[in-house]
Amino acid sequence: MTGETLTSSEYIKHHLQNLTFGRLPDGAWGVAANHEEVQQMGFWAVHLDTLGFSLGLGLVFLFLFRLAAKRATAGVPGGWQNFVEWVVEFIDGTVRGSFSGRNPLVAPLALTIFVWIFLMNFMDLMSIDHVPQAAHAAGVPFLKVVPTTDPNVTFGMALAVFALILFYSVKIKGLGGFLGELTMQPFQAKSWPMRLVFLLPNLFLETVNLIAKPISLALRLFGNMYAGEMIFILIAVMYGAGWLLGPFAGLLQLGWAIFHILIITLQAFIFMVLTVVYLDMAHQEHH
Amino acid sequence: MNINATLIGQSIAFFLFVWFCMKFIWPPLTRALDERKRTIADGLAAAERGKREQELAEKRALEVLKKAKGDAAEVIAHAEKRAGEIADEAKNQAKVEAERILVAARADIDQELNRAKENLRRAVAELAVAAAGKILEKEIDAKAHAKLLDALVKQL
Repeated sequence: MTGETLTSSEYIKHHLQNLTFGRLPDGAWGVAANHEEVQQMGFWAVHLDTLGFSLGLGLVFLFLFRLAAKRATAGVPGGWQNFVEWVVEFIDGTVRGSFSGRNPLVAPLALTIFVWIFLMNFMDLMSIDHVPQAAHAAGVPFLKVVPTTDPNVTFGMALAVFALILFYSVKIKGLGGFLGELTMQPFQAKSWPMRLVFLLPNLFLETVNLIAKPISLALRLFGNMYAGEMIFILIAVMYGAGWLLGPFAGLLQLGWAIFHILIITLQAFIFMVLTVVYLDMAHQEHH
Repeated sequence: MNINATLIGQSIAFFLFVWFCMKFIWPPLTRALDERKRTIADGLAAAERGKREQELAEKRALEVLKKAKGDAAEVIAHAEKRAGEIADEAKNQAKVEAERILVAARADIDQELNRAKENLRRAVAELAVAAAGKILEKEIDAKAHAKLLDALVKQL
């Protein structure tokens, strides 16, 4: 719904701007009021909306699941506990299927990733205008409700996963084993001189291979969610395009929302499965 | 979309949430699930055992019943046999008794007959003797003769 003062382009830009807290041009700390101020803030700024929704949804997840965990008994499960157990068994089965090592961290990690990302993605199905409009009425200049459309969130989680990959690679294989994995393959040789020759190409290939993991993890989720959000925004712009396109936009929005239910679940699942697979590779001596 | 410190915040939150999940959410849930799995397995095993025991008991009951039936049949057969024996015995006794009574009766009849025959014989002899004596003394006296003969006839 484009307001009187907003063009379509401004509307889209407004929707893509996070509520950013950082150092303002005048030196004080505060919330940026426009894009220029945001650009000048540099790295040391935080997206209040992203972090707020992300942490809030994470806490909702932890609270709801802790509720079920506290009441968990071997007796007949109630409705909510039944659902939580179903999710837990689903995650447990998936992790057992793709993770061959023994690590008590991996299954809870997978559960957290799946449910948390699903909840964050789910914000995409909220009406894209009402919450920001309400916020605007309350004096908040920008508000993005879907944390996973912010690359900071996806990269933040991917880098955390990357740290776990590095940690377990070194822990399981030792520093030597890990470095050996980086330099002794894919080109292998029996003699030391040849190994030295292959060292650099191997290191290059394996480093690319290693770095590609968190980047692909983050970009896949971000790209899917950002594109989905973008399409919702474009459909919303269509509402203002007249009596002919308005109903058509409604139809499109319904269709895209239904399709998006699939995407948000799938992306959460893919992020989880790939994390588990990467950690499994980190746990294996030879892959 | 700019990369900034949100990234760090998200990473820290991620680790904290995973830690919380690993400490306080995952273990109780999986423990409860495992416990329930065990309870169900135990229950199934107990049910299986119960079923087997019931089958065994049924078999035993059937055996007892069969044995009781066999015993009963035996008792009945025995009783029937005994009854037959008693009836036979009674019949035999009756037959023997009848024989005895018959024999006694026959003996009595014979005795009576003999006695009668003896008496008759004696009487006939006496009569014959008397008649002969009378005939020899009074041959002419036809009337007396006839009278004598009549008496003889009457006495016979």
